[in-house]
Amino acid sequence: MQVPILKQGDYLIATIQSALTDADLLQLRDELAARVGQHRSLGVVVDVTVLDVIDSFSVRTLRAVVHMLKLRGAETVIAGIQPEVAFAMVQLGVTLESEATALDLEEGLIYLDQKTKGSSRHGRR
Amino acid sequence: MGGRSSRQQSRKQSSDVPAASLSELVVHLRENRTQLREEWVRRITEAQLLTAMSSDEIFAEATSVFDNYVEVLESGSVEALQAYARNLSERIIPRGVETHEVVGIVLLLRDVLARSLFAKYQGDFALLNHVLDAYEPAANRIANTVASSFVQERERIIRQQQEAIRELSTPVLQVRERLLILPIIGLIDPQRARQLTEQLLQGIRSNRAKVVVMDITGVPSIDANVANYLVQTVDAARLMGATLIVTGLSPEIAQTLVVIGVDLGKMETVGDLQGGIEKAERMLGYKVVLVEEDRP
Repeated sequence: MQVPILKQGDYLIATIQSALTDADLLQLRDELAARVGQHRSLGVVVDVTVLDVIDSFSVRTLRAVVHMLKLRGAETVIAGIQPEVAFAMVQLGVTLESEATALDLEEGLIYLDQKTKGSSRHGRR
Repeated sequence: MGGRSSRQQSRKQSSDVPAASLSELVVHLRENRTQLREEWVRRITEAQLLTAMSSDEIFAEATSVFDNYVEVLESGSVEALQAYARNLSERIIPRGVETHEVVGIVLLLRDVLARSLFAKYQGDFALLNHVLDAYEPAANRIANTVASSFVQERERIIRQQQEAIRELSTPVLQVRERLLILPIIGLIDPQRARQLTEQLLQGIRSNRAKVVVMDITGVPSIDANVANYLVQTVDAARLMGATLIVTGLSPEIAQTLVVIGVDLGKMETVGDLQGGIEKAERMLGYKVVLVEEDRP
């Protein structure tokens, strides 16, 4: 299943809708890399709220996405990791140390605002 | 010889034979109730059992136990005694009565009664054998029942308390919007550590927390396993977009963390809870200002 990528001002929002196959993930990566250049986006939120499993391949791909987009000039934040998923990930030793994470989409956008504009446009509420 | 054969006989049909001897026994015990009871209480005091109770209480309980005892010998059903023993345990456990005391007094009663039987039937060896055949299994069963009821009651209390501790031990509290504190008191075992982590992560989600201050002033020491959990918790909180600040690390815990080589770079630590909350407030953009009182 393809992941819809929405443009929201200077940012792109990719909300994962269901469990993804490896091919879907790779497609998402390529698509994001292309769209960031196309829209001259400053930031990307990848929303993983619905995922109840994040395996090592997903982690590796997400990490690759973050680094690729950084090279293309956009900050990326991964939003919506569920408590159970977070717990399972640290037990596997996967901690996404150098990648930004946020509680949910809203927090992710606030993070991007702070990171790219040095202020919070959305405000705290 | 006669005594032995009758003994074997009674063993063969042990379930129904003793009826006659048992009823004789019960009559004997009822007749000598006062004297036997006093003898028993004297022996309890002598052996310095039940020191947590006053002598009046011991006498009152002894009377109940004695009557229950005779009742069991008569009816052969231990249910009433079981209920009584449980009830008794419930009353005396909080006063610090130990297992050995309870077992001790029941065995003493058994001895006292056996002695009185010896005294009564010393002239007739065969009859004594007969009565003892009836008495011994019943008496052992009673001792068993009382002791196991006591232990069961104790275990029930222990389970209940463990449950209570588990529930009380991990409050996740919101002190400001987006700021949680998690005070931890007492020893952390792996099971509790896991539960802590889960509750913390749920708390982060339900309160939309950005910063969590975990205060471990009340934790005396941790082992490598639990230290690892602590680090995992820090990581998991970060995956959910929250920062975990750990405060109140005792020298022993600091030592443990250093010895096992925890990567301190990713762990925020502050000396005490106040410092931790102040730091969290700064991170969230709060500024606490002292209100000047208007003075006349």
